[in-house]
Amino acid sequence: MTATEFTKTSGARYGFSNVARMEWVKLRSLRSTWWTFAITIAAAIGIAVAVGLNTKNATGDLTNNALGGVAPGLLLTGVLGVLVMTNEYTSGMIRSTLAAAPNRPLLLAAKAAVFGTVSLVVGEIASFAAFFVGTIAVPGTISGPAFSQPGVLRAVVLAGAGYFLIGLFGVGLGAIIRHTSAAVAVLVGGIYVAGSGLVAISRSAGSYGPVSIVANSLSTTQKLPHALSPWAGLGMLCLYAVVALGIGGWRLARRDA
Amino acid sequence: MIETEGLVKRYGTTTAVDGLTFTVQPGKVTGFLGPNGSGKSTTMRLLLGLDKPDAGMTRIDGRPYRDLRWPLREVGSMLEAKAFHPGRSARAHLAALAASNAIGRARVDEVLDMVGLDYVARRRAGTFSLGMAQRLGIATALLGNPQVLVLDEPVNGLDPEGIRWIRGLLKSLAGEGRTVFVSSHLISEMAATADHLVVIGGGRLLADTSVATLSAAGSGSLEKAFFALTESSVQYEGTAQRTGSTAPATASGASDTARP
Repeated sequence: MTATEFTKTSGARYGFSNVARMEWVKLRSLRSTWWTFAITIAAAIGIAVAVGLNTKNATGDLTNNALGGVAPGLLLTGVLGVLVMTNEYTSGMIRSTLAAAPNRPLLLAAKAAVFGTVSLVVGEIASFAAFFVGTIAVPGTISGPAFSQPGVLRAVVLAGAGYFLIGLFGVGLGAIIRHTSAAVAVLVGGIYVAGSGLVAISRSAGSYGPVSIVANSLSTTQKLPHALSPWAGLGMLCLYAVVALGIGGWRLARRDA
Repeated sequence: MIETEGLVKRYGTTTAVDGLTFTVQPGKVTGFLGPNGSGKSTTMRLLLGLDKPDAGMTRIDGRPYRDLRWPLREVGSMLEAKAFHPGRSARAHLAALAASNAIGRARVDEVLDMVGLDYVARRRAGTFSLGMAQRLGIATALLGNPQVLVLDEPVNGLDPEGIRWIRGLLKSLAGEGRTVFVSSHLISEMAATADHLVVIGGGRLLADTSVATLSAAGSGSLEKAFFALTESSVQYEGTAQRTGSTAPATASGASDTARP
């Protein structure tokens, strides 16, 4: 092997930007990433059209109706977030990854930043596309919602942010649990089953479930009884993501790979 | 240079590595020899910071692995062939790792060429044979043009031509003054490749000597010397049987195929 000029020195030590670049190449080079995001956007749009065409009540929350298709994509994004982490263990890639970047909290931060950014962009695309298409699909006799009306733009933007926060929650869960099937089970249990279970206990407790926060708090223009306010809901989702990532980072740093 | 000092690693009640101290010098191929379940893979995992030791420490060129500035440019490693995602192409796998250590993209094609995988660079690595996966592992280790190489059973799954290629590669890397540390449970392979040997059994150091000296001790046969060494170690026999029969120790020696 001859000495080759192959290094692009950018600082004295590998850092966040290097590791984030690695994670970006990893994420974009898997076909499943693009399929999952395509289905996420398609589901949001498809359901928005179906709901829009069947609109009968002009006084209902038409914005919330148009955003009714976020739920399948939320689950897919959460699962993809889990896989970003658990895939590494299933495939053995984690050994290559940690050999390249032994600072584990830095690795998790880079993974979360890259996956978070992509899921935020995809989430906003899904949310805005669903809103526009869903609004157009509303029968001509009913006037659809517009951004000039109070809360409409906020509802659309926050629904998109819901993908981002549930995606990060998935990344954190993957770091805590490591095994795909177990982590996915906890994710589904956490965002759906626990939500429904909480409703059974009390309607206001049910409003703390992640999907119910996105559906009933973030993406509404009319406040529902028992639901958290949009900003309180956003705060709860942030809290879930931060706690999951925090515990995940701690576990990752302490355990043998 | 690679150093370990009083290294201890336990999995539950099993002691996989038991007070291991040795040094691997640059400029020669050092073979890491021992029966299955003797702690070779565990030692390598500890060297690379994948597992944490219960006692002792490891250093590479004077620093623990986690303190390396550009890990891939300082140490190239291959612990098991399939340390990649099966859905990613060989090129994407290497490009991702290159990005983490600010290694230019040209180097990715260079190492693919070196290991003879340039013609399948865009194919999903999950479709690779064991031999091709092994070559991708070697390419990963060479990616950062490192001064230190740590390879666990690199000839596994290679055909005779591939084995000859690996031998030549390891010797030329050592000839350039690099530190080359290669594990194997195949005595004949070590006899053909290594200059120096670190022999362990039951997680303990049995010998740290040149291949020539050890062969001489076995009246010209490295194999004879190896068995004499391992058989004379009573403690080793007891420990090896214990570590060999419990799950954690064999799991740590993932590349070991047979058990004692």
